[in-house]
Amino acid sequence: MPSHQASIASQVNAETIEQHQYDVIIVGAGGAGLRAAIAASEAGQQKVAVVTKSLLGKAHTVMAEGGVAASLGNVDADDSWDTHFYDTMKSGHFINNYRVAEVFAKEVPDRVLELETWGAVFDRTPAGKIMQRPFGAHSFRRLAHIGDRTGKELIRTLQYKVIHQAVDVYQEVTSTALLVDAQGRIAGIFGYYREDGRFVLFRAKAVVLATGGWGKAYKVTSNSWESTGDGAAMGFRIGAELMDMEMVQFHPTGMVWPPGVRGLLVTEGVRGEGGLLYNSKHERFMLRYDPVLQELSSRDVVARSIYKENQAGRGTPHGGAWLDISYKPAAYVKAKLPGMYEQFRSLADVDITREPFEVAPTVHYTMGGVRVDPETCATNVEGLFAAGEVACGLHGANRLGGNSLGDILVFGRRAGAGARAYAAETAWKEIDPSAVEREAERVLAPLAREDGEQPYHLMADLQEVMTTYGGMVRSQEGLETGLARLQELEDRAGRMAVKGTRAYNPGWHTVFDVESMLLLGKSIMLGALARKESRGAHWRIDFPEELPEMGSLNYVQRLRGEQVVVEPTPVPKMPAELARLFEDDRAPGVRRRAERSGEGREGR
Amino acid sequence: MSEEIIILSVFRGDQSGGQEQAYRVPLETGMVVLDALHYIQAEYAPDLAVRWNCKAAHCGSCGAEINGMPKLLCKTRLDEYVGQVVHVRPMHAFPLIRDLVTDVSWNYRVAKEIPPFQPATPAPFVMYQRDVDRIQEFHRCIECFLCQDTCHVLREHGGHDQYFGPRMMTKIAEWEMHPMDTANRSAFLKDVAGIPMCDVTRCCVEVCPENIVITDNAIIPLKERVADIYWDPIQALFRKFRRPAGSLEPTKSPVDG
Amino acid sequence: MAQPAQQADPVRPRASRRARPYWVEPTLTAVVFGLFVLYSLWETLFHHNGVYGNYISPFFSPQLGRWLGMKDFIAIPVVWAPFLFRATCYYYRKEYNRAWFWHPAGCAVSEPKPRKYTGESRFPFSWSNLHRYFWYVAVIVLLFLWKDTIQAFIFPNGFAVNVGSLLFLLNAVLLTFYTFSCHAFRHIVGGRKNCYSCTLGPNAGKPTGSYRLWTLVSRWNQRHGSWAWASLFSVWAVDVYVRLLILHVIQDVRLF
Repeated sequence: MPSHQASIASQVNAETIEQHQYDVIIVGAGGAGLRAAIAASEAGQQKVAVVTKSLLGKAHTVMAEGGVAASLGNVDADDSWDTHFYDTMKSGHFINNYRVAEVFAKEVPDRVLELETWGAVFDRTPAGKIMQRPFGAHSFRRLAHIGDRTGKELIRTLQYKVIHQAVDVYQEVTSTALLVDAQGRIAGIFGYYREDGRFVLFRAKAVVLATGGWGKAYKVTSNSWESTGDGAAMGFRIGAELMDMEMVQFHPTGMVWPPGVRGLLVTEGVRGEGGLLYNSKHERFMLRYDPVLQELSSRDVVARSIYKENQAGRGTPHGGAWLDISYKPAAYVKAKLPGMYEQFRSLADVDITREPFEVAPTVHYTMGGVRVDPETCATNVEGLFAAGEVACGLHGANRLGGNSLGDILVFGRRAGAGARAYAAETAWKEIDPSAVEREAERVLAPLAREDGEQPYHLMADLQEVMTTYGGMVRSQEGLETGLARLQELEDRAGRMAVKGTRAYNPGWHTVFDVESMLLLGKSIMLGALARKESRGAHWRIDFPEELPEMGSLNYVQRLRGEQVVVEPTPVPKMPAELARLFEDDRAPGVRRRAERSGEGREGR
Repeated sequence: MSEEIIILSVFRGDQSGGQEQAYRVPLETGMVVLDALHYIQAEYAPDLAVRWNCKAAHCGSCGAEINGMPKLLCKTRLDEYVGQVVHVRPMHAFPLIRDLVTDVSWNYRVAKEIPPFQPATPAPFVMYQRDVDRIQEFHRCIECFLCQDTCHVLREHGGHDQYFGPRMMTKIAEWEMHPMDTANRSAFLKDVAGIPMCDVTRCCVEVCPENIVITDNAIIPLKERVADIYWDPIQALFRKFRRPAGSLEPTKSPVDG
Repeated sequence: MAQPAQQADPVRPRASRRARPYWVEPTLTAVVFGLFVLYSLWETLFHHNGVYGNYISPFFSPQLGRWLGMKDFIAIPVVWAPFLFRATCYYYRKEYNRAWFWHPAGCAVSEPKPRKYTGESRFPFSWSNLHRYFWYVAVIVLLFLWKDTIQAFIFPNGFAVNVGSLLFLLNAVLLTFYTFSCHAFRHIVGGRKNCYSCTLGPNAGKPTGSYRLWTLVSRWNQRHGSWAWASLFSVWAVDVYVRLLILHVIQDVRLF
């Protein structure tokens, strides 16, 4: 081993590391990252760059299908920000940060209209306005959409906005570490070009994390390859606080068959457009679990219902439920859900306009993440900002469909603006050269090991452990076993070895994905152990009830050395004028509508 | 199901050269080529370079050439090729990085040059579904660049400095035909984006995984708009005498007025 | 540009979707187009009469040459128009660029590389941009063909239906679809607009005539290639029929 170490050290020394300097650097080029870049470069005073490990426009945002929730009120005039706020808090089981949700609900309509100004073309109402569709647990028809490819529309619009603005984009550059100065303030980023493996060092006054979630830690997931939580892990390592890590959303409808597409998302839009869920006995079981909202209940409820049906022996052949939209006219289905039609036709040989199809829960979204300030998206690390799925606060214990696309727009912009303002006031920080050297050596180590663990196999084992012990159904015993298994994996991860060179070597890239997800996996398990109740997406069979006293707690995690410390922290208390919205058992807009018509009619 | 084996012959190499290498992969129901490549990575060649993201035909990262045809690796089923060797090679129109990964940065460079959407007023717009149907087709694009790969101007004649390629034509069409757009891109199309280089042989339409009718709905209408300005003396005469009257339509291409 | 050391063998997959090798289609097209051009040359250069009774061959209509007092090559003053209409047609461009020039012969197939490939940016291919003008002229010719078609039902002893009459009718119908499914026409009727509903006043937001026409033409346009082939064969068939009548090789058959 020492000889290897020496050879790495000489390699690092021999390489002059490419250096760049930017006032603001955004890590990640999904919706949040691109929106942040637009905001950061708006004034034109500062140098801004986006660093992404993929190509521009390929981020996981493209997978968002159903729409972006915004109370435009184009189809339901009674909708308003306070109703959207109400729905968001209620579905989040009140552990969301109220201020984040308030800012979000108020600003999201403007962010959507802004996209239209930049060239996004949403589906239209007969009156020529932006069309809005119903979605699970939203009181009104609220989701602006373009067929079932809204995420693609968002990212494409933002992508072309960014390239026409003064922003440098570093594509296919993997960031491996955030660099801090002696006081622990952000000073830069270390990474490498995937193309040839050469190192690159960015000096930065401010860094915005927009790296998305870590759903890839699970075996059955709708997440794309990139959702490995790099940003959250990098931030965690330099002292950023994580929160609500136990909250992992299972989307009720993922594809089940054939095996290659297991977990692939089936948009909630299918149910929004009228799709109905049946069990193997052809019963609409959602009528039993949620007689009011039925198929459009919140995601945690629907996912659990499908699970329970399977436990009771009423599942479909591959362990899911039937989803049926074939009773609608074929032309309508093709027009409103073209992507779904094509996806099932080409990948599963199923024509969804003619027959029902199998769906089962799939890991979809990580509600937890880096703890941020609602106004600027600043983290507790000076100079570090976070927005989008990597951040935490908006969704609480369960995310509403359509709220993530709104999240990335609202808080992408706020993070970009926050970073810009911070960078304008702060000086350049010193980067310790020896820290850079150490990081370079760490990054190269797996290539130098002769024999060791294959990263792909470790990845598969990790996904297996997370799915088995940290999945939809959790218990004390399972979580403890899971943690022990993760510890074994961590030991093995220290011996990861990669064949080949630094040039576009996916095996090498996987090493860092595994490292990020191992850390976050542990964090998920520890959070889940701490929360001794069931709430939203977090379901403990040993504590099946939602406990009121825990509704006022978030679990904040910090890294002390190698040790993860979990600490219960009070949920910020809503001011009176917001708390008043929840006195009535109905959403504000629904109440207003009912009062106006004199008769209580359910808003949908 | 009995163990069925399919043979993939995958290009391995870089700018300095390379060759196809054969791998044996057990066939699973519904398996796509990308699944097989992942199997190869996990079992035989961890360093096999392949670009992919979503594995759901949404992101357009995994374009390559399968038995000589540009296709998405994640959408091409292996059962289409039962009884054959499946040859997988990188896209030909772009410089090779390694194995199946090519350098597609040229696309992003030319995209920058396109004059962006210019609405007369900021949103909210009043525009009707029938008016946006046409451009929504172009919004389906996933930027896989398979059309660029198959376009013979780029692929065979290295015309990257002469023609922006089918993808960029749909992007231009998307903005140019937007009901609220006020820019006129005819001169740009003719002189910079190189639309006259296209000889409408429609291979881009044949390979498009999103089934966008690129040639007939984007390129030809744009060619006609260019012809309005540069090849139509009668329209030129018209433009001299006609002023846009009582219409909400932005005064963009003067013939619209 | 650097490429893999070995080029993929430009052989089509034998996959179920593509049963034929790539070169079959362009070769067939090249042969058929070639034969048609040779036939047209033979017909227009070596024949000075296209009239048999009440039938006028589409190659010779309208009889502009005769009106101008020409004795020979009387087809020439008119026949260039439909010829150039087709030569500049977007569909035919695809077909002959593939079949004759191999630019490209098939998708993702290597092709001959001239020193400088210029696409349609130079003469003669740049003149394809005049397609709309040839369309205007082709419409005028089409009007005469409809006149000829009506005439083909009116025999010296009154209205009747012969095999020839039906051929004329079929040809006129196919040519009409071909002409009005043209890409340039689609542009003229509405494609040039960005918005169909952006009018002020009480009709704001209502579909306009332009929109309806554009939608209809767009629908026909999807089959432009089929109309192009069908009308090519029907023109050929009618001309052969009339020529054979003139040469007394066949007899026109009365149906009713």
